[in-house]
Amino acid sequence: MTMNDHVHIDEHRDDEGAKTGMWIFIFTELLLFGGLFIVYSVYRYLNPLAFHLAAHELSTFTGTINTVILLVSSMTIAMSISAIQYKNKKLTLILMGVTLFLAFLFLVNKYFEWSGKISHGIYPGSTILQEASRGEILFFGLYYTMTGLHALHIIIGMAFIGYVMRLVAKDKIQHDNFIILENSGLYWHLVDLIWIFLFPLFYLIT
Amino acid sequence: MEKEQHPHIVRYRTYVYVLIALLFMTLTSVAVTHIYLGPYTVATALLLATLKSTLVLLIFMHLKFDKKFYSYMVAGVFLLLTSVIIITFLDYLYR
Repeated sequence: MTMNDHVHIDEHRDDEGAKTGMWIFIFTELLLFGGLFIVYSVYRYLNPLAFHLAAHELSTFTGTINTVILLVSSMTIAMSISAIQYKNKKLTLILMGVTLFLAFLFLVNKYFEWSGKISHGIYPGSTILQEASRGEILFFGLYYTMTGLHALHIIIGMAFIGYVMRLVAKDKIQHDNFIILENSGLYWHLVDLIWIFLFPLFYLIT
Repeated sequence: MEKEQHPHIVRYRTYVYVLIALLFMTLTSVAVTHIYLGPYTVATALLLATLKSTLVLLIFMHLKFDKKFYSYMVAGVFLLLTSVIIITFLDYLYR
C-alpha cells in the first residue's frame, strides 16, 4: 500500500462492502447446492419409482421437526439483530444462544436419523444398498451427500455465530457497528433456505 | 456520504408473524402429501418452498429493507439457476 500522503485516522470500515461480499459468497453457496438440486432432479426424473420407494425409508416426522427447529432458529438470529440495534446486549446474547442451542438440536436429530439408517444397513457402499436398484443407490447417495453437506454448513454456521457471540459479549459489536452479526445471520438464513428445499425433496415424496 | 448505514430496525413482532406464516406453510406442505394430487404434489411442495424462501429472503435476510441493489443481485442468481435447470431439463426431455 502506497497511500502515505493520505492520513486516515478513522478506522477502516465499509459495512456495505462487507455485506455485498457476504452476499456474493452466499451466491456461490446457492450455486453449489443448486447444482446438486439439478443432479437430484434429473436422477429423480429418470428413476421416479425407485426414488418413491427409497423416500419411504425417511421419517417425515423427523424432517418436519428439523424444519421447525431451523425456522425458529432463523427467527431468533434475525431478532438478535433488532436487539443489538435496540442496545439490548443481554437479549442479543440470549437470542444468539437460543439459535446455537436449536442448531445443536438439529444436529442431534440428524445424528439419530443417520445412525438409524446406518444401523439398518443403508449407507453408501453397504451390502443392502448394493443389492438395491440403481435409483435407490442414487437416492441414498444424494441423501447422504446433500444432508451431509448441509449439516457441515450448520456446524460452520454455529462456529461463526459462536465467534460473533464472543464479540458481542466483549462489546466489540454494538448498536452502531454490527455488520458481522448481520453477516452471520445471513449465513444462518442461507442454511435455512437450503433446508426449505431439501425437506420437501427428500422427506415429502409421495 | 451516508451517515446512517442501518436506519431500519425490524420489529420483533414482524419476525414472529413471518415465523407463523413459515410454520403454517410447512405444515400445509406436509398435509398436502397425504392428499393425492398426482403430478401436482411435487408442484405444490415446490411452490410452498418457493413462497417460504421468498419470505426468508425478504424479511429475515432484510432484502425488503436494504438497498434494491441486493435484491437485483439475488434475483439475477435465481434467474441464472432457473435457466440452467430449464435448459438441463429441455435436454433430458427431448433427447
